[in-house]
Formats: sequence, C-alpha cells, structure tokens
Amino acid sequence: MTIKKKGKKVGRKYVLKLYVAGSTPNSVRAIKSLEKILSEEFKGMYELRIIDVIKNPQLAEQDKILATPMLSRVLPLPIRRLIGDLSDKEKVLIGLDLV
Amino acid sequence: MKKMKKTKKTKKKDLSAIKKIDFGIEGFDVISEGGIPKGRTTLLSGTSGSGKTLFATEFLWQGYKKHNESGVFVTFEETPRDIIRNVKSLGWDLNGLIKKNKLAFVDASPSPYEKTEVGEYDFGALIARILYAIKKVKAKRVVVDSITALFPQYKDTGIIRRELFRITAALKKQGVTAVISSERLEEYGSIARFGVEEFVSDNVIVIRNVLDEERRRRTVEILKFRGTMHQKGEYPFTISSDGIKILPLSGMELIMKSSTKRISSGNKDIDRMTGGGFFRDSIILVSGPTGTGKTLMTTLFADGGCSRGEKCLLFAYEESKEQLVRNGTSWGVNLEKWIKKGLLKIVCRYPESMGPEDHLISIKKEMDEFKPNRLVIDSLSAMERVLTLRSFREFVISLSSYTKLKEIAGMFTSTTKTLLGGESITEAHISTLTDAIIILRYVEMHGEMRRGLTVIKLRGSWHEKEIREYSIDNDGMHVSEPFRGVESIMTGAARSVTQYEEEELSKLMK
Repeated sequence: MTIKKKGKKVGRKYVLKLYVAGSTPNSVRAIKSLEKILSEEFKGMYELRIIDVIKNPQLAEQDKILATPMLSRVLPLPIRRLIGDLSDKEKVLIGLDLV
Repeated sequence: MKKMKKTKKTKKKDLSAIKKIDFGIEGFDVISEGGIPKGRTTLLSGTSGSGKTLFATEFLWQGYKKHNESGVFVTFEETPRDIIRNVKSLGWDLNGLIKKNKLAFVDASPSPYEKTEVGEYDFGALIARILYAIKKVKAKRVVVDSITALFPQYKDTGIIRRELFRITAALKKQGVTAVISSERLEEYGSIARFGVEEFVSDNVIVIRNVLDEERRRRTVEILKFRGTMHQKGEYPFTISSDGIKILPLSGMELIMKSSTKRISSGNKDIDRMTGGGFFRDSIILVSGPTGTGKTLMTTLFADGGCSRGEKCLLFAYEESKEQLVRNGTSWGVNLEKWIKKGLLKIVCRYPESMGPEDHLISIKKEMDEFKPNRLVIDSLSAMERVLTLRSFREFVISLSSYTKLKEIAGMFTSTTKTLLGGESITEAHISTLTDAIIILRYVEMHGEMRRGLTVIKLRGSWHEKEIREYSIDNDGMHVSEPFRGVESIMTGAARSVTQYEEEELSKLMK
C-alpha cells in the first residue's frame, strides 16, 4: 500500500503521534512547534495524536517510550522517532524525512 | 497548619532507625546484618558478566517467594523476554508472577527505531511508566538494570544524570526498596562508569568476578550502607542450580554448643588414648604421610558410627567408592552392609570437577539431605591441591563451622608432603579450628620403617601424650607400646636415647 503511494507527494498521508509528559515547558514547546510546522507545511496531509503519558502511562508502556517529548512517525513506514522539544524546524523535517 | 503537621510527621519518620528487609539471597542476611535498607535505593555495581542481572532478579523473585512481595523490573539492557527465559533454568517462573500481578516489567531496552534528538527532553515517560507499574502490582521492590546501558543511547549525558537523579528521588518517594545496577570497567577501580554512584550513594554493593590463579572467583562486598551496620570485606558467592548463594565465612558466629558426649573412634585403642573417644561435635584432623593409614582411620570412624546406628557421610576425593569398600574388606570392615542399610553414604568426586564454593555447597546440601551424625572428608589435601591458598582457607573454615553448627562429628584427613616428619599447609590453616589432632608418622628405626601415632590435641579432655607404635592387618589397626629409647620422631630425625640419658632426664623432671 505504502509502496504504491511512494513518490506521490499529493495524497500521501502522515500519521504522527506526539507523546508528552503533562504540561512541562518542554511538552508545551513541543506541541507548539509541531503544530506550527504541520500547519505551515502539511496542511490536510497529516493525522496527529497527542498522548499525555502522565494520564495514559499504559500507552507509553505499550509503545516503549522513555524520553518525552517524543514524536513518532507511525506512517509511512519505517517508524521514525524524534525526541526533544522540536524547536529546530529544519531538524524536525529532516528527522521525519519530510523534505 | 495541616502542612506543618505533615512535615513534623515525616521528620519523625526519618529519625527512626533504618529498617532492613531480607534481600532473599542465601547468606546475604549474614553479611548485611539483616538485609538491605528498607525504602532506600542500593547501587549494585559489577563488571560485565559478574552476575548483576541475576542478583537483581533474585531480589525480586525471593521477595515474592519468601515474603509475598510484588516487584517491578525496569530493564535497560535485556528484553523482558530474555530475562524471563534466562532464569527459567533456575526454576524461577517470572511469567507466572506476571500473570498473578506480582511482577511488572518496564521494558526500556534499546528500541530498534532510528531516533533523532531535537532540543530539550526529559525521561518523563519513563518515570510515569515506573510509577504506573509500581501502582499496578503494589510493588515493594524495584530493580533497575542497568543504568549504564542508557548512556550510549543518548547524546547528552548531562540530561541522563539529571533524569537518573529524578528517578531515584521518585523511587524514594514511593517508599519502595530499590536495587539499581550499574557497570564498572575494572574489578578494583572506580565504583561505576559515568559516575552514576553520585545519584545512589547511600548504599553500595560491589560484585566481582576476579581471575585468581586461572580460576574465576565471584565475590560480593557491601561497600557501604549509610546509617546501618554490615560486615566488611569480600565474601565469595556462587551461582548454583537454584540461585545465588553467598558463603559468609568469617561472618559466621561461634555460637556452637559444646557437647560432653563421647563418641567412639571405631578403634578401642584410640578410644583409650583419647580418654573415652572424641566429643560428639568435634572436628578431628588426621595427619600423616601417604600409606600411614589415614583412610583406614576414616573407615574405622565410619564403621564405628554405623555399628552404633549413627549415620555417616563420607566424601572421598582420592579414591572411588569401590576402592574404599574393597579397602574396608581388607581391614575386616564391611562398608557395603552399612550402605545397604542406609547408614553410610559415600560421595566420590574429583576435586577438579568444580570450584571451591560449589564443593562446599554440594557438601552442605548432602549434609542437609542425609542428616549424618558423622562426616568424613578424605582428604583435605586433595582439595588443597586445586585451590588457591585463600580459597582453601575459606573452604576449611566454612566447612568446619557448618559441621559444628549441625553438631556433626567431622573427621578430615591431611597428607603431609614428606615421609618423615614435616607438616602440610592444611595443618597450618586448620589446626586452630580442630578439636582433636591425631598424627600418624613413619619412624625409621634400626633400618626399618615403623609407624607411630600420637594424639597431640584434644580440646577439653585428657589424652595420652605418648607416641605409640601401631600396626595394620586384616583386622584393622592395632596400637601397641609407646616408643622407648628414641626421640625426635615427629621431626623425622629419630635418634636413640641411651639408658643413661633417660635416667638423667627423669631425675631432672623430679
């Protein structure tokens, strides 16, 4: 499925998960930075789920999350993970292989 | 107001003496004088392959097994699957514990996904997971194994340090007793890599796996337990078929009772020389060069016990069971009969077959199972051959204290290196621990080799001081008259003393 869509940027969908730990400064910064990048570059092309590990520790356990904030690109495969407050846009785009 | 009250209460709590909980590993309670500090974090440091993971796992397993306490295992190195599988051979069913909600894993083993660091982060998720797991199983014990594995995974070691500090603080707040393992590079050097001991410095246990004269020697040392007592120094431990066993040698107390009941040596002449036999809970050392009849003495000792309905356990490190039985027959002793009756058990092993700790454990195990009244080790010298000086001394000390503790009469033999006179290292180490010493020696007189025997020590009892001649035939051992007119037999340079000299000497004594 993903192979077929490869190379076709339009219609390609990104499924992202952002894990944060409550409302620590890092978490708040990460949410802000990510939302900004997504709205600027990928409007309508993404699906973002924000998970608070303090409220849902079992989800953090399930996905084996250690560090927060952590951004995970679930789709397209392979899974890619970014940790940190996502303050550097360039690095985020490179890390997610979105350029 | 309410807040003030609360602080007062916690202060009071902190001031009370530190309680300890049973670690669960055999022998640990002795070296730690009661266990590991409760509600605190203890650093367990060791080189790669020293047994950290097993040590930590046993902490959780025995916590459940012995005290029905739940545990959380935070793993940074191996996957939970591997850990569960590795300890299965020890009979520890961790899967069963998970099903019973008595154990929870926090799997923080390295993930296969590629990850990039962009900006500031912390281990908020990990802490949340640990707390969630503690709550889920109502854990009293937590293991973190090993924090060293975190360092290569993240670029910023400063963040790791800060976060480890937060983790230990969180554990303390939960009131759980935690064991955190970390790796060190050298057996004798800094406590841990990356300076992690800074975070958990209250209590430090170091485990070692030292190469000592081509043999691996595992030891455990409690470096510090802040605010509470513990034994100092290294104690050997071994990994047996059902877990870790620490041998708390010098930590053992001399609390043995002393018996006044006499038991027979199996030979009436020797019984007479010792004033009626040995005491029931004494350690007897028989020393002599090869061929003087040490094995005979032990055979008679075993036979003497069995014929009185006592059970005897015999460890042979030099001869096989068949040889011993055949030897017995040639001295008129039927050992086969006692084996069939279940009064005698002969265990034959090559000293080289295992390490000193394993020998000790197997002897103890046999003693616990067979419950003998008498124990024979033939010979200690065979053991001495394969051990380093230090581990041999520990072996002898531990063996004799355990024998005494169980109120068993022990007869150990030791071979002297030279035919005439001389001493062996065995005696140097064991003589102060033994209650009775019998010396067998060759005596060269008038161009022939004769045999002499003497009791040089018998604690708490009269014994004969003379050196008597003895002979061995198909009816056992016969002690005859004392040697007269010779001296310096024991030093190997026997020489005749003339009648005149003897008279002069006896005059002096008057």
